[in-house]
Amino acid sequence: MTQTYIVIGYLCLLLALGYVSSRFFRGSSNDYFVASRSIGPVVLFMSIFGTTMTAFALIGSTGEAYRVGIGTYGKIASWSALIHTACFFLIGLPLWSLGKRNGFHTQIEFFRARFESSKFGYILFPILIGLLIPYLLIGLMGAGSAMQGVTRGAFPELFPETNGAVPAWLTSLVIAGVVLYYIFAGGVRSAAWANTFQTIVFMIMGFLAFYMISSKLGGLEAASAMADAEKAVRAGNIGELQFFSYFLIPLSVGMFPHLFQNCLTAKSSKTFRLTFVAHPLAIMLTWIPCILIGLWATGAVMPDGVTRIIPEGTNPNSVLGIMVGKLTSPVIGGLVTAGILAAIMSSLDSQFVAVGTMFTKDIVVHSFGADRFSEKQMLWIARGFVTTIVVVTYLFTLVEPRQVFSLGIWCFSGFAGLFPLVFAAVYWKRATKAGAYAAVLAGGITWFLLFQASGYGANRSFLIGGAMPVVFIFLACAAGMIIVSLMTKPPSETTMAKFFPNKS
Amino acid sequence: MRIVILLYMIALFILHQDFWLKDDASLLFGFLPSSLAYHMVFTVLAAFGWFMVVKFAWPKFAEEQGEASEEAAKQ
Repeated sequence: MTQTYIVIGYLCLLLALGYVSSRFFRGSSNDYFVASRSIGPVVLFMSIFGTTMTAFALIGSTGEAYRVGIGTYGKIASWSALIHTACFFLIGLPLWSLGKRNGFHTQIEFFRARFESSKFGYILFPILIGLLIPYLLIGLMGAGSAMQGVTRGAFPELFPETNGAVPAWLTSLVIAGVVLYYIFAGGVRSAAWANTFQTIVFMIMGFLAFYMISSKLGGLEAASAMADAEKAVRAGNIGELQFFSYFLIPLSVGMFPHLFQNCLTAKSSKTFRLTFVAHPLAIMLTWIPCILIGLWATGAVMPDGVTRIIPEGTNPNSVLGIMVGKLTSPVIGGLVTAGILAAIMSSLDSQFVAVGTMFTKDIVVHSFGADRFSEKQMLWIARGFVTTIVVVTYLFTLVEPRQVFSLGIWCFSGFAGLFPLVFAAVYWKRATKAGAYAAVLAGGITWFLLFQASGYGANRSFLIGGAMPVVFIFLACAAGMIIVSLMTKPPSETTMAKFFPNKS
Repeated sequence: MRIVILLYMIALFILHQDFWLKDDASLLFGFLPSSLAYHMVFTVLAAFGWFMVVKFAWPKFAEEQGEASEEAAKQ
């Protein structure tokens, strides 16, 4: 019960933060969508890092380490340390520069201008939204699972159907409502402020959970000694080719619409420098405690020395919540749960803002013209669309039984598969409109066929010849771009001059 | 210097595949599986690589535009 009250207190704090940031809101759509391009290095770092660390990083990583062992860190986190920053450097920085020079607010505005095609946006928009929905789903599901795991037995009379735990549907609903409130109050600035605050909260609480859990298990050495030795190695859990092909997954950040928008908020190019260096270290500080908790969960027993803390057949999504619930005090459990929800909300907020921005700028303004609606009307259109998408996602959470990690991997595979599109747009002068269409269609169709073949993510070990499906999505997209671009007319001189000013 | 940094990054990319540790169950400091410890060091080396990029290989276009942005902010 204490945990629930602490979480409620934390959510009230966020509502207050949303209210305060709304006092700084200048009322313009430029301020709402890109915070008037005024964000400094610390907030940018916290914002980008908080956005990339979601339920996948905390709940998903702990659950996956419990399922397949410590190789989880290498296949996602250490690859991300190298590849995420490469994406910020190779894609984020040039896009920030082009965005600032040409006044872009969204990825689609950039692609439309680069590929000289208005209709291209109408193809890309549903694909990006379609891939973002599972990402939002991960967040809402993760919040529900964490809260349900921690509050088990707290309200037996109120929620008998979940053994007294706050049901997942209720947590997801409340979390969605709180995030909607604070982003409606101040747009991307609110999201950036909340991200900064929440990133600090989840990093501190992660360490607190790690310390408390290891102490309760008798110290670091005793905790690791309890773990299943087979999960302390990669062999037998993750194949060599699978481990290597995971390097493509972090390329997804190059195509995340919300990260594109985060990059556009930077005050200057130098603002990115802190992010480049601190991001890999922050990934390590966040993931290592979770991986070790997941490893310990494979064999940890209660102080009686017999009862398993994580019973056989437990859903991996619940492992972190159960470990925190059973091995920390109610106050610490509440604080750590608030930290887990902080990590989740710090991604949801940027995604909500990006969804609204894309719909307003790429569909409404593009179709009806910039003068058709007032600034105020545009903000309400953005808010209306975000609410619709959140309601649809919420309804999915009520029926979606998939594991956070596997759903996350499919979502990231889709974005990573489209990476050749953005890379070619930035670096390859010869990339053409027809090539862009071919890339999106080839990547999108391959993704869908493979997702279907995996039973829509139900087969968690779905590989092709030992490699991750993302390899084939990526290759299809790249092949579509290269072959069709070379067969079609190059872009106009005007476009070349606009996007490659130093090279044409 | 840019070539050195590029070679450093390529070396890191290759060294990620720690096949020699894949079935090593020994625990560093009594609690940290060896492969996990290796990847922690890998992460720190990646951060160092990006520090070198910031220090010695910052792109020219970003430098010029960065200065322009700062001047605009001052005015």
